[in-house]
Amino acid sequence: MTALPGRGHALHLLTQMVRIRRFEERCAELYSAGKIRGFLHLYIGEEAVATGALRALGPDDALLCTYREHGHALVRGVPMNKVMAEMFGKQEGCSRGRGGSMHLFDAEHRLYGGNAIVAGHLPLAVGMGLGDQMAGRQRVTACFFGEGAIAEGEFHESMNLAALWKLPVLFACENNGYAMGTALARSESQTALTVKAASYGMPAVSVDGMDVVAVETETRAIVDAIRAGGGPAFIEYKTYRFRAHSMFDAELYRDKAEVDEHRKRDPIPSFLRRMIAANTLTEEDLAHIEAKVAEELSEAVAFAEAGTWEPIEELTRDVYTEVGA
Amino acid sequence: MSEVTFREAVRMALRESMHADERVFLMGEDVGRYGGSYACSMGLLEEFGEARIRDTPLSESGFVGAGIGAALVGMKPIVEVMTVNFSLLALDQIINNAATLRHMSGGQVNVPVVIRMSTGAGKQLAAQHSHSWEAFYTHVPGLKVLSPATVVDARGMLLAALDDPDPVVIFEHSGLYNMKGEMPEPPPAVDLTHARVAREGTDVTLITHGGCLRRTTEAAAALAERGISAEVLDLRVLRPLDWNTVFESVAKTHRAVIVDEGWKSWGFSAEVSARIAEDAFWMLDAPVRRVAGVEVPIPYPTHLEQASIPQTAQVIAAALEVVGHG
Repeated sequence: MTALPGRGHALHLLTQMVRIRRFEERCAELYSAGKIRGFLHLYIGEEAVATGALRALGPDDALLCTYREHGHALVRGVPMNKVMAEMFGKQEGCSRGRGGSMHLFDAEHRLYGGNAIVAGHLPLAVGMGLGDQMAGRQRVTACFFGEGAIAEGEFHESMNLAALWKLPVLFACENNGYAMGTALARSESQTALTVKAASYGMPAVSVDGMDVVAVETETRAIVDAIRAGGGPAFIEYKTYRFRAHSMFDAELYRDKAEVDEHRKRDPIPSFLRRMIAANTLTEEDLAHIEAKVAEELSEAVAFAEAGTWEPIEELTRDVYTEVGA
Repeated sequence: MSEVTFREAVRMALRESMHADERVFLMGEDVGRYGGSYACSMGLLEEFGEARIRDTPLSESGFVGAGIGAALVGMKPIVEVMTVNFSLLALDQIINNAATLRHMSGGQVNVPVVIRMSTGAGKQLAAQHSHSWEAFYTHVPGLKVLSPATVVDARGMLLAALDDPDPVVIFEHSGLYNMKGEMPEPPPAVDLTHARVAREGTDVTLITHGGCLRRTTEAAAALAERGISAEVLDLRVLRPLDWNTVFESVAKTHRAVIVDEGWKSWGFSAEVSARIAEDAFWMLDAPVRRVAGVEVPIPYPTHLEQASIPQTAQVIAAALEVVGHG
């Protein structure tokens, strides 16, 4: 049984989860309004994973994510204004508007994407861990990916390299049950993902990804072991995506009843209920958080609306490093 | 001045760079204990240790991606891929990551990785070890692509690539590793911006790079005996290409022959030809000609292998045709 957080800690967790939820709900509206285009992959239902896991990382640790990364960027500390401006494609965005929803970068916060080739960023995480190891830096590289990535060769190559060289890499698998529309059991011969990871000789644990407290506790234990020189580790967060894969997905591959069943375990109300029962938080706390988040969000939308389009004359910048720049 | 092989020139650059900068390391299949599949890193494991001369598993995508990741955190990795054929297993990393990360992040990160690979036919290694796919990489914005043809460039371009903030792919033609050449003392620095006039001439420009330079130069010498003055351009840097030098030469000779081991259709020679047609058309006195790879996977028997790649006699014939002696 994991210890429940104190009041300040609990307020932080609740705030981050609410920030992600409301940010993404607004993004869906803005998508319908034509302000956000391209692919938009919502994290709604999975907020406890980024919220809990990222608390176990330090500011010097590196973070690589998938294209479903709005939550990670917000929790990591990328200002909501810059994330929203990026969603709009404005040059005030955290990737100058060049990336959009799928490619949120922030070097200052050591966020290395927003990567949209499934498993393509795992080798990068290995190399970042290798660089840190060779330079003698005590940093951890945390690499988030979906369970769909486990079918890719790059997953297996990366796990092997990281274990072989004992690199400080956290392989963080967000298992929401579906690779786009393909359920895990329809794509993997072995659905116990920790078995696969353990075959590379690294610690592998599975945690309830709907429980923000368990996510944080388990992640902290495993990150501490990596930082202490224990080599790479694998953690599976069992979670569920409440919304469609992207805005183009008609969700023909799963029953509404299944989604409704998972919604009963919504990480936000279930955490709040626990904290109220423990006399740590109150309903008023939630109302207060909602008001603050609403304010932050409307400011972010206004910032994005007021943002500017990069001049077409600059189209080919940042393809190569400017000489002398 | 001393005589060194192309392989020794590569090794010189590896040693010099590793002594000069502790962030430099070499990684790839059999670069350590084996000494490199073409022996470029022979002896370096003993000199620099296992951390910096790093043998990898057979995981092209994994270790090329790891090189890119290490570059992201400030290292200067040199990743060796045995052949361009094997590099296709790492194409995702090179194109989707190395070439895009700077742009996709709005200029926040850069990727100073150097990826070396052997290329080309001539060793009877058949259809999965012998191709010339420079064009796959020259097609991609965000990459720089080098094709050294001399010992001076084999050393100098690797050192220059390590000083470059962006990802650089170096093609080393497998037929060149045993080639000997003069290395000035001290060995000179070279740039990554200019094509080189390997031989001056006035009647026709023979445009080539890498493994085809030798046969092209031989062709120029044979043409001279017939009273035809051929200029030979060694392009050196395939992307970004020094078009000015190409156009200046064509403006002088009014005729161009492109010699490239890659397949002709949609290939490297196609782009060079198209640019000349677009930007130097009015300087031409004859159509551009190409001597390029025949459209076949490289066959094993030597007579068929040689028939599938440019030969000196074909370069001579193409030059004679464009100067009106064909």
